[in-house]
Amino acid sequence: MTKKYQIALIVNGEQRELSVAVHHTLLDVLRNKLELRGANRGCDSGDCGACTVLMNGKAVTSCMVLAVDADGAEITTIEGLARDSRLHPLQQAFVEHGAVQCGFCTPGMILTAVALLEENPHPTEAEVRAGLAGNLCRCTGYAKIVEAVLAASAYHAPDE
Amino acid sequence: MTWKEFTYFAPTTLDEALALLAEHGREARVLAGGTDLLLRLKTGQWRPRYIVNIKRVPGLDEISFDPASGLRLGTLVTAASLARSEVVQAHYPALAQGAGVMASAQIRNLATVGGNLCNGAPSADLAPPLIALGGLAVVLGPDGQRQVPLDEFFLGPGQTALEPGELLVGVTVPLPQPGSGAVYLKHSPRRAMDIAVVGVAVAMTKSQKSHPAPAGSPDPAAVCEDVRIVLGAVAPTPLRARRAEELLRGQEITGERVAEAARTTAQEARPIDDVRGSAWYRRRMVEVLTRRGLTQLTEEKRQMSK
Repeated sequence: MTKKYQIALIVNGEQRELSVAVHHTLLDVLRNKLELRGANRGCDSGDCGACTVLMNGKAVTSCMVLAVDADGAEITTIEGLARDSRLHPLQQAFVEHGAVQCGFCTPGMILTAVALLEENPHPTEAEVRAGLAGNLCRCTGYAKIVEAVLAASAYHAPDE
Repeated sequence: MTWKEFTYFAPTTLDEALALLAEHGREARVLAGGTDLLLRLKTGQWRPRYIVNIKRVPGLDEISFDPASGLRLGTLVTAASLARSEVVQAHYPALAQGAGVMASAQIRNLATVGGNLCNGAPSADLAPPLIALGGLAVVLGPDGQRQVPLDEFFLGPGQTALEPGELLVGVTVPLPQPGSGAVYLKHSPRRAMDIAVVGVAVAMTKSQKSHPAPAGSPDPAAVCEDVRIVLGAVAPTPLRARRAEELLRGQEITGERVAEAARTTAQEARPIDDVRGSAWYRRRMVEVLTRRGLTQLTEEKRQMSK
């Protein structure tokens, strides 16, 4: 009988109490317990970025975080970005710039980009490429993705 | 799932953490950023009975700089906060460089100074700059506190000077000497998400001879007062090129001497062939990066540390 640990997370603004096994990762819990399947399991070893979520505002690979370790954290997944059925500016930019191909890397790309623009609202193309270096796209659509992030950064009002 | 069942502790004080490590010593692993630990748990490479998460212990994630004594990094300082820190960028740019070239933004947000060092990888990006800058590991254990110079901290791949029951609580780095500079150069096939094939850190303190250098010449009158050359990924541990350092120390810095020191550094490296690069290639890259690092520091205008 596997021992369970009680944890509390704020996921996309909602308080969630969960019972998790010690070896569950944050990704396991998001996908299997909370049925938030936007964070994808690619490499499961922190290399591909498909499972990226925001933890306390910072982009992290959720496959590399133990769920018990995330206790108390505030998590944002791709499901939590849209407001009142309006897409987040980065989601909108990805759609408009054809930056979504198969879609597997998209949630991770967008969340990494959200954190990037939070820290650096008007990045150069080189900064966008460096910032997204931990997100792999096997459709090789990087050009459109970088264009989308740069376009979204233009939406950021200077005082925002 | 290859994971072995383990018992999880999340102590909230340093005393509690140390008591757990003292009790469970060899059967426990410390969880800090987790980016190395989780990989090894998932693959079954490590099967600890106990995991001690030290992230609930307050105060271990602080960066503090004192203009009189230098820098202190808590063991839980992340690579991201190290790379972004204004005092680190201003006074220890080689350290910010090492932190900034680690893995990806997501991993840098998790990975810690303590984890990068305690994991004991020969390719750890923070080890060469910290050793070059004269860093000390601050270790707490059953017998109290001790300090270990970081150039004595690494004993072999995955092996450090930490005894069972001991915890690395932080690192101190002395104030840079006036006229000193340091640089970390990393070579890897991909610029991101890749482990160093070769990493070279060089720290040098220069003094000027009294007569001014002729205009336009690359600072020919500079004398190397002190130097450290530290290599990553080309030996079982991060490695100081002590013979090359000796060639330069107390000498006027000339292009010829820099080239000779770089060749000597390459001879001191003890690289292996592996999937990332051959020993031959690594040795050549050591020479190139060492020469490049020394040249950068030589040509840098004499900077007083502020």
